[in-house]
Amino acid sequence: MAKYLLLKHYRGGPAPITKIEPMDEWAPEDVDAHVQFMRDFATKLQESGEFVNHEALSPEGTFVRYGGEGKPPVTDGPFAETKDLIAGWLMIDVGSYERAIEVAGEYSAAPGPRGEPIQEWLEVRPFYGIGPMPDSV
Amino acid sequence: MDEGLLRELIPAVTGVLVRRGADFATAEDAVQEALLRALATWPNDPPRDAKGWLITAAWRKFLDATRAQSSRSARELLVAAEPLPGPTDDAADTLQLYFMCAHPSLTPSSAVALTLRAVGGLTTRQIAEAYLVPEATMAQRISRAKRTVSGVRFDDLGDIATVVRVLYLVFNEGYSGEIDLAEEAIRLTRQVRSITDHEETSGLLALMLLHHARREARTTPDGTLVPLARQDRTLWDTAMIAEGVAILQSALDKDQVGEFQVQAAIAALHADAQTFEETDWVQIVEWYDELVRLTDNPVVRLNRAVAVGEADGALTGLAALEQVDPEVPRYRAVEAYLRERAGDVAAAARLYAAAARAATNLAERDHLTREAARLNSSALRERGF
Repeated sequence: MAKYLLLKHYRGGPAPITKIEPMDEWAPEDVDAHVQFMRDFATKLQESGEFVNHEALSPEGTFVRYGGEGKPPVTDGPFAETKDLIAGWLMIDVGSYERAIEVAGEYSAAPGPRGEPIQEWLEVRPFYGIGPMPDSV
Repeated sequence: MDEGLLRELIPAVTGVLVRRGADFATAEDAVQEALLRALATWPNDPPRDAKGWLITAAWRKFLDATRAQSSRSARELLVAAEPLPGPTDDAADTLQLYFMCAHPSLTPSSAVALTLRAVGGLTTRQIAEAYLVPEATMAQRISRAKRTVSGVRFDDLGDIATVVRVLYLVFNEGYSGEIDLAEEAIRLTRQVRSITDHEETSGLLALMLLHHARREARTTPDGTLVPLARQDRTLWDTAMIAEGVAILQSALDKDQVGEFQVQAAIAALHADAQTFEETDWVQIVEWYDELVRLTDNPVVRLNRAVAVGEADGALTGLAALEQVDPEVPRYRAVEAYLRERAGDVAAAARLYAAAARAATNLAERDHLTREAARLNSSALRERGF
C-alpha cells in the first residue's frame, strides 16, 4: 500500500476545462448535492479501507519567515493573486498508483451547477514510503 | 501481563470456536473482543488458565453476536453447521488460519492486515498505527477481507507459499509503531516453521534473522542510512546471525532451493565477512545467478550488477547493468555507485542527484542527496575552492 495526497487547488494547475461560477451562485440544491458527494466519497473510501484523512483550507494565507536572532518573524500577505492556492486535500492509502489515479478521477466528478460533474483538476502526489535499499549501495 | 503469550493463544482460540461450528468471520470478531477484554482486565485480575479464559470469553461474545444478529437465518445456519472433521490440534488450526488469511483472493494489504489480527493477535488499533491509517479504515479493510474469504471452507488446504509471501510483506513494509512489525514477522514465521515442513519457510526465517541482525548498524539513531560498506560490524547481532545461518544450512541440506533460501544465502555471506573488503563477492554473484534463474526479476538483476562490480571490477559491473531495464527503481543509484568506483566522479554525482529525485522513501532520498553532495564538494575542493 502507498499513500497519496489528492490536492485540490483554488488556483494553479492546468486551465479548468469547464467554467464554473462561484459556489455561492449555485442553486442551493446543487450546493447540497456537492457537499453530500464529498461526504459520501469519504465514506466510500473508508468502507474500501483506503481513507486516511481529508481537510479543507481557507483561502486566507500568510507567508511567514524567520526574521533573524531576537527579531519577530516576518510576515507577508495575504496575497490576492498568488500563482498557486491549495484548497484542501484527500489522503488515501491504496494498492497502486493506478488506483490513486482512478480515485482522483472519481473525486473530480463531484457535481456542480445543474448536477454536471465539475471535472476540476486534482494533483496526485505520492508520499515518501518505506522500503529496503539494496544492501551495498 | 505477558502480552506476547496472550497473542500466542489467539489463533488456537479462534480454531476452537470454528471447530465448535462458528463461522470464521464471526469467530474472529469474537476472539478480538475477548482479546480486548483480556488486555483491559488481566493486568489487575490475571486468570489461572489463560487459554480457557479466552475460549470462554470468546464463545460468550460469539453467542451474543449470533443472538444480536436476530435474523433467523443466522441461527439456523449456526445450528446446521456441523463441527469440522479432521485433526483438532492447535497446530493444525493455526495453520488453517494462516491459509485463510493469505488466501489468493485477498489483496496483499488485506492479507497482511488479516494475518496480523487473526493469527498475530494484534488489535485493530495496533495494526492501524503500524500502517499509519485511521482505526476505522483498518477495521473496514479487515472486515472486507473477511467477507472476501467467507466462502472458503476452513479445512480447505492452502498453499504455504502464499503464507510465506504475506509474512515477507509484514517484515518489509511496516512503519514502526507500538508494535515492531519486523519482530512480529519473525515470530509468526517461526510459528509457521514449527508446524510445517517447508524449506522456503526456513529460508524466509533465515533471511529475516540475517537482516534483522544488522538492523542496529543499518541506520544511525536519528534514522540516517548507513550503507553496508560503512556499517559498524560490531553492532551486528552475532547470535542472531548464527541462528539464521544454522536454519539456512539445514534448509539447504534438503536440496529444495527456492528464492528465500538464496536471498538468505546472500545475506549470510554478507554477515560472514569481518570487513566489507573480505566479502566473498564471487560466491554472492553465483547466488545471484541462481536467483535470476529462479525469479528472473529485474530488481535481482540490478542487485546482481552491484555484486558483479565488487567481484570483477566496476566496469564489468556497469556492463552487467546494461542488461537491466533502466526503469527499474534504484537503477540510477546503482549506476552512480558503479560510476564512482570506476572513477567517473562527475557522472556519479549527477546520477546520485537524479536517483535522489526519483527516491520513494525519505531516508533513501537523504542518503542519495548526501552522496551527491559528498562527490560535488570533493570535486570543488580538488579545483581549489
